[in-house]
Amino acid sequence: MKEKQKANSPVEAVEETVAEAVLEAETNAEDEAAVLESESAAVDGEQEQAAPVKPKKVKVRAGHSSMTRRSMRKWSWLFIGPVFVSFIIGFLWPFLQGIYLSFCSGRITTIAKAKLTGLQSYEKAFADESFFHAFWFTALFAIVSVVLINILAFAAAYALTQGVKGSNLFRTIFFMPNLIGGIVLGYLWSMIFDGLLDLYTTTNLVDDATYGFWGLIILLLWQQIGYMMIIYIAGLQSVPEDMLEAAKIDGATKRQTLFRVIIPNVMPSITICTFLTLTNSFKLYDQNLALTNGKPGRLTEMLALNISNGFANSATRGMAQAKAVIFFVLVAVLGIAQLVTTRKREVQQ
Amino acid sequence: MKKVLALVLAVLMVVALAACGGSDKKDEKGHVYWLNFKPEIDETLQDLAKKYTDETGVEVTVVTAASGTYSTTLTAEMDKSEPPTLFVIGNQQGVKDWSDFALDLTDTAIAKELNTDAYNLYDDSGKLVSIGYCYECYGIIVNPDLVEKAGHKVEDIKNFDTLKTVVEDIHARAKDLGFDAFSSSDMDDSSSWRFTGHLANLEYFYEEKAAGATWKECPATITGDYLPNYKKLYDLIINNSLTAPTDLSAGGHDAEAEFKEGKAAFFVNGSWEYAAVSEAVPNAVMIPYYCGVEGEEKAGLNCGTENRWAVNSEVSEADQQATIDFMVWLVSDKDASATMVEQLGIMPYKNAAASTNGFLNNAAKYDEDGCYVMDWATNYQPNVDEYRKDLVSALNAYNADQTDDNWAKVKEAFVDGWAKQYKAIAE
Repeated sequence: MKEKQKANSPVEAVEETVAEAVLEAETNAEDEAAVLESESAAVDGEQEQAAPVKPKKVKVRAGHSSMTRRSMRKWSWLFIGPVFVSFIIGFLWPFLQGIYLSFCSGRITTIAKAKLTGLQSYEKAFADESFFHAFWFTALFAIVSVVLINILAFAAAYALTQGVKGSNLFRTIFFMPNLIGGIVLGYLWSMIFDGLLDLYTTTNLVDDATYGFWGLIILLLWQQIGYMMIIYIAGLQSVPEDMLEAAKIDGATKRQTLFRVIIPNVMPSITICTFLTLTNSFKLYDQNLALTNGKPGRLTEMLALNISNGFANSATRGMAQAKAVIFFVLVAVLGIAQLVTTRKREVQQ
Repeated sequence: MKKVLALVLAVLMVVALAACGGSDKKDEKGHVYWLNFKPEIDETLQDLAKKYTDETGVEVTVVTAASGTYSTTLTAEMDKSEPPTLFVIGNQQGVKDWSDFALDLTDTAIAKELNTDAYNLYDDSGKLVSIGYCYECYGIIVNPDLVEKAGHKVEDIKNFDTLKTVVEDIHARAKDLGFDAFSSSDMDDSSSWRFTGHLANLEYFYEEKAAGATWKECPATITGDYLPNYKKLYDLIINNSLTAPTDLSAGGHDAEAEFKEGKAAFFVNGSWEYAAVSEAVPNAVMIPYYCGVEGEEKAGLNCGTENRWAVNSEVSEADQQATIDFMVWLVSDKDASATMVEQLGIMPYKNAAASTNGFLNNAAKYDEDGCYVMDWATNYQPNVDEYRKDLVSALNAYNADQTDDNWAKVKEAFVDGWAKQYKAIAE
């Protein structure tokens, strides 16, 4: 928060400069291209101009910013448009089609020929044992991974903000697994696990659901701790120095400082991290596919994989689509509920 | 300048999105859009398509679905405004899904080119939905030189007992000989189909044979009467190979390379391997799945296909005609059919080039000798992915510990699993 506030004034100053340039250009010529060009020129020169322009600021404020807003409004569609269109094409429209298809059943081939049959697909989905197994497996997985990732990520962040030598190097290293894709990680780790298991047993990772479960947990921990650690580090760095100093002067122990001062202050980071890890765990797909592919049988199949496997056969497609809708509702409700409860405990600065 | 650039880019994006709809160049000649099923022949098909366009001026587009995604790709493509005119309906499940989109090929020019009806599919109403454009066979590929080196002869292998003698002898002396009997039979996804799909066929086939009729659609249940025979051959394969049974589930062995490098004398696979295998073992032969069934001295190879053409009934007549003309050209033009046969092994058409595939010639030889062909009953496996998944995990448990209890679980997956999956996809 502190840093943001510091940054505020120069940014405003630059905005004013831009507005000024716009106004000048508009009065000089109606040509829109010219407007844009001078706008960009103003932006290009922002670093140098920011300071000298500052004193002018108060005078010009009201009029110019409304002009800026008008021109922004005029051009906003151009910048929002492409994203909005792709959002509709790539997300909203398929999503609505998906909801429609979940009310169809029988053999589904093309969307045009799908027949609306009501709730049949939902009945099938709720009668499917593998779906329930996948749900409980995923839920257990989510609980374990959310707890472990957050504790370990926080611990790593805490350790690396104590001013240890080389902590920047460690931060980079811890973050690196996050740069590798889920599929690649899955294949790599399946080799590592099989190699390790080979030393002690004749069982392979895909032969035993318990190994599969912990294999997935380890993989996800390895991948996500670094990322969450970065968020926690940012949170820890924003804990006000004066509070820490006050705690020290009052004779608080390290433990008390941690639980009474630091943790309440990093609650926003905790909110973000639990939200991210919870939804990540529920949506996990690539890693599941590459590491175990649900083996043995369908015992380590998580929700997303269970749903996508249903699309292999035209007769189970309607059911899979119904599962997908249920899944969406589930993740949405969980996410919102989690967000609401954690937000309540955040400290307002 | 940055803003101008941004503006230009944004406008470009909008234009690009709008442009997706356009392009109308259909003319009276019609055009061909083949959604191809076999990634390995894509390059050949692209060349042939270009050649055909050069010769006739008819536009031919060949798009190949990535391996294992044909059904989903077809589903997506069929919904488009310019759907495939030529696509694949490979099995009865496909007939159920896509019959509505298939032109009745009875008495069309391409149907008249066929030399057998054996690889065609009909729907319930008797409509000729799809016609085979090639067929394949699978069995046990043998390296005769290695068998001879061990003091045996391939010609002597006539049933399970003779096969067993040779295999166990080679495995026992593997260290001295420098090669083993079977190549690795990995049970990961890249290889398990050889055992849950191909090898399983022997059980279904003999069940069919005992009942006296070939299946026309997926039966609701199977008896598993011939599962002991499946077990015999399966045990022989996993226990006499380069890799210990306990290491099979993790995969990672290259069975084809093992065979080609002369590390193993036997390799379970199909005729599509001929080109690759014959490079290293020019005299390789394929023998049937001998599994201890009475009268199996008269067994032939497992022959069938999933490569069957269907013409889209929902496209314009000009497109349908163009597509059929193109198909006829592929199977009758001297150069084109030779190129196709080189890739596909064999094409069951009167005027197509002769087969150059040694394994398919083996199959023909068995046929000539009056042996029975084992048809691909495996194609009827219900909800096939899920069925095989359960079977793989049961077989893996058995590989890890070969007890009767574990085999009982294999039986459960094999027989009860069939009924379970049949129900799962019943309407």
